[in-house]
Amino acid sequence: MMKTPLLSVIALIAVLSPPAAAQTPAPRAAGAPKELRVGIVTLLSGPASSTFGIPAKKAADAWVEKINDEGGIGGVKIVPVLTDEAGPGDKVVAEFRRLAADEKVDLVIGYISSANCVAVPAVAEELRVLTVLFDCGTTRVFEEAKYKYVFRTAAHTGIDGIGAARYLLAAKPDVKTIAGLNQDYAWGRDSWEIFSRALRKLKPDVQVVETLWPKLFQGDLSAEISKLLTAKPDVIFHSLWGTDLASVNSQGRVRGLFRQSLVIHNNSAFLFKEFRDLPDGFVVGFRGTHWPDVPDPARNPLQKEFIERCTKKFGEPCGSPHGSYHMVQALQGVKTAYEKAIKATGRWPSVDDVVKAFEYLEFDSPSGRIAMGVGGGHQAIEDSLYGTVKLDPQRNQNVLSSVRVFPAKCVNPPDGVKTLDWIDQGFRGAQCP
Amino acid sequence: MSAGLTFTYGVVRILNLAHGNLYALGAYMGAWLVLGWGSSAMPVLSYLLLFAAAVFIGVTAGPLIERLFLRRVYGKEEEIQILLTFSILLILEDVIKLVWGVSPLFADKPYIYMGHVRLGGVDYAGYPFLLTGIAVVTGILLWLVVTRTRFGKVLVSVITDREVSSALGVNVPRIYTLAFTLGAVFAALGGAFTAPMFSVVPGIGAEVIVVSFAVVAIGGLGSIGGAALGALLVGLARATAVHLFPELDLFAIYLIMALVLLVRPQGLFGQVQARRI
Amino acid sequence: MAIGRRLDPALALAGLGLFLVVPPFLPQWITFLLTLAWAKALAVLGIVLLLRGGLLTFGHALYYAVGAYTAGFAVKFLGVHEGLVVLGLAVVTGAAASALLGLLLARYRGVHFGLLNLAFSMVLYAILLKFYEVTGGTDGLRLPTPLLAGVKPDAQHLRLTIYYVTVVLAALLLYVAYRFTTSPLGYTLRAVRDNEVRVEYMGASVRQAIYCSYIVAGVMASVGGVLAGFSVGHIVPELSFWTQSGEFVFVALLGGTGSVLAPVAGSIVFEFVRNYAFKYSPYTWQMTLGIVLLGIIFFLPGGLWSLKGIAARRWTIVTRRSQ
Repeated sequence: MMKTPLLSVIALIAVLSPPAAAQTPAPRAAGAPKELRVGIVTLLSGPASSTFGIPAKKAADAWVEKINDEGGIGGVKIVPVLTDEAGPGDKVVAEFRRLAADEKVDLVIGYISSANCVAVPAVAEELRVLTVLFDCGTTRVFEEAKYKYVFRTAAHTGIDGIGAARYLLAAKPDVKTIAGLNQDYAWGRDSWEIFSRALRKLKPDVQVVETLWPKLFQGDLSAEISKLLTAKPDVIFHSLWGTDLASVNSQGRVRGLFRQSLVIHNNSAFLFKEFRDLPDGFVVGFRGTHWPDVPDPARNPLQKEFIERCTKKFGEPCGSPHGSYHMVQALQGVKTAYEKAIKATGRWPSVDDVVKAFEYLEFDSPSGRIAMGVGGGHQAIEDSLYGTVKLDPQRNQNVLSSVRVFPAKCVNPPDGVKTLDWIDQGFRGAQCP
Repeated sequence: MSAGLTFTYGVVRILNLAHGNLYALGAYMGAWLVLGWGSSAMPVLSYLLLFAAAVFIGVTAGPLIERLFLRRVYGKEEEIQILLTFSILLILEDVIKLVWGVSPLFADKPYIYMGHVRLGGVDYAGYPFLLTGIAVVTGILLWLVVTRTRFGKVLVSVITDREVSSALGVNVPRIYTLAFTLGAVFAALGGAFTAPMFSVVPGIGAEVIVVSFAVVAIGGLGSIGGAALGALLVGLARATAVHLFPELDLFAIYLIMALVLLVRPQGLFGQVQARRI
Repeated sequence: MAIGRRLDPALALAGLGLFLVVPPFLPQWITFLLTLAWAKALAVLGIVLLLRGGLLTFGHALYYAVGAYTAGFAVKFLGVHEGLVVLGLAVVTGAAASALLGLLLARYRGVHFGLLNLAFSMVLYAILLKFYEVTGGTDGLRLPTPLLAGVKPDAQHLRLTIYYVTVVLAALLLYVAYRFTTSPLGYTLRAVRDNEVRVEYMGASVRQAIYCSYIVAGVMASVGGVLAGFSVGHIVPELSFWTQSGEFVFVALLGGTGSVLAPVAGSIVFEFVRNYAFKYSPYTWQMTLGIVLLGIIFFLPGGLWSLKGIAARRWTIVTRRSQ
């Protein structure tokens, strides 16, 4: 009598078990190693860790679990080797060498800081280690050099600025004056450069009334905000993140900055749970379609699975729209490249085989279909997503409204053309709706 | 906060590199308390919490550092003392990370509650005025303590000549501990009350100490009035730079510090130290 | 601390021999760490030299960055690819910078000396950061491997080649530093630390001793910066940040001020400890460093190098007892 309920419980579990477990694991290719060691380098400490690094780590945990549940890559399970990206440049390079030589990883996925994305590729080429840059934004990586073993599976920051300009002209076509508030470091300067040039190309009569360069993590932005309040621009563009984003939101709101100007931000540098504290009317951009509603999970099974897995593991979608989506893209890119190489060679591929498969690869991700379209096939292009934060009075929480998606070919320069040159030449060849 | 640094130097004659960490500890403690217990229902409570946090940090960390570490290097060379405080800085940086984690703490309710004030056509946040008020009041209090109370007189005698004071029966080690603790409370106050303005992250201690040095160097080591003036100068310099020469704001502090030290090495109000023969 | 005891030259040569012979058998990334340690040891050497005069600088990373960015600009703007030329340029710029700043800074002592150096190093940092079109700002500049006397090192032996160049050059500079400390100027510097006024009464020039030492220290750091830059392949403005100076001071203390060889020992120990501390406890490596520093201050004020002295004395006692 007691056995019957037990049997039915077991049967119930078997019936309800997630579909992934019911899939047959991928057959192991000939010559496959016991495991695939993947070095994962992200900011686990320091000011950028909570916004970018830790969400990326969470996404890595969740997605590696998914891939391994489905049998791994080519039948081989992934073993992540996590390390902290924080520290001075020489330490980061030393860590990379250690991962390659001491931990003996097969490939490295990593790097949020643009400086590291400029420093590491040379070492990757020297050591011939497949390296997938997953998050940094600088356009410099593939526009100033060519690499064989280095890829970037996320778009560069060009789409942030160009998307912002296009969204702005759609939202406020009569904009006359703009001001820039950006952190004084390379990416802050790049962000402003790309946006201001793009906007002025699309609407030449726009005037820049103010450009401010607070120190990175300055925190106290009262002087800058004072200047903006006196200058009264129609639009304020800023790329602040971390403690500076929190400061400008808080200090700016108290002083009426958001009432006076349209404030636009290019980089979704906030956590999902911080979204609810953003000011009403604030325009935010995402480097790619990285939002739980866009693309629609009902139509993108990977997006659905990503949200579900993260919610089950961490109680909410994995942390942030920026770092976590980029990490998953990197893993998807690697997986697809390996599978393509296995199919092409009929056995476990060498690094050169994978590299060949990765060039101009197209792969699926929670953000949609990503193409390694530029940089000689080493740099991904993505659609640019922009939206406005609006307080939904009925649910009393923030939602993203007036959403616009600019297709990849509209906001990315064609293969072989540098972003700034492309802007100056009038976006030749752009395919915009 | 700079007042605390210069005060500590004045009494104990050690330039405390870990002073910034006391600021950070105050900030973390304050933010944490406000996030945990400060509620919108009784905003005044959050200010009291900030104050309590600062005092708590000051009276616990202060004596701990002074007794355990500083006491052992009082007679030794300057380099050793500075290096000791540097090692404390390193340790405290990680202690903060271990206790509060690496996520930022943003307790902005006290800041938002103070609303805004309209001056000359521009809205200014009310909170910085509160901060200034607190700084002025504590500065005056400190000055009063040093000049008007008995403790202050004993303090001055210890600063002037430690040996003679000791010979006269003053409990010098206790005075040192008290002075250091007072300096620590000041640092923590600075941290706790600036915490609502921006998110508290690891590393703010190290950042703030460099500016603090500039302030103290400009004002003169050991002079509280000098620290106040130095802080004012540095703040004005930054604001002016942002307004007029935005490219120079990073330089402004260091250039002023270099200029002052070149022209008047002991700072604006510092005392010239006689060379030993 | 006396230099030139019987033990030193033998130890130095033996050590050098070890460093030249062993690395081909070590994994590449360890060779990389050693290269970096040797390069940074030069900057630390500069600090040790100044410490002998009683001067503690918190801004020595300034010259380290000057050297590194000289290399960066030489490659970027002058198109220079020859490593030896770049090194020569770094010596010139390092000397020029320290000569210029030394005119001002040599007048100060104690805390003011330390802080002024800090201020200037931060000004350089700000310059490197701000003018990002020229300097690459926080993205930094890439330093591709240079030609060495016209020869391009092949990829196989790249690490080793850079290593040997670094060690040989550093050893040469260590020897130069040694000769400096045993020269009249060097001894004057030692005397300045004890009692400046007396030195002046004796007729020696305090100003000259300090000024010359400052320049020597600056050039050492500058060369160190170039070597480190080539080793890593990338330079950033943070090379001039005060934490980099702090690191050099830490290593100086760690190694000790007893010998020109001490910075090398300290630097190597530091690089390895830091890397492994980071690997095993990413959240507490700073604390580990702090505790180590505390340990040295209280238990081993002469730094690691003083262990050698202690060992030598024990050895003498043991051998004497057995006689």
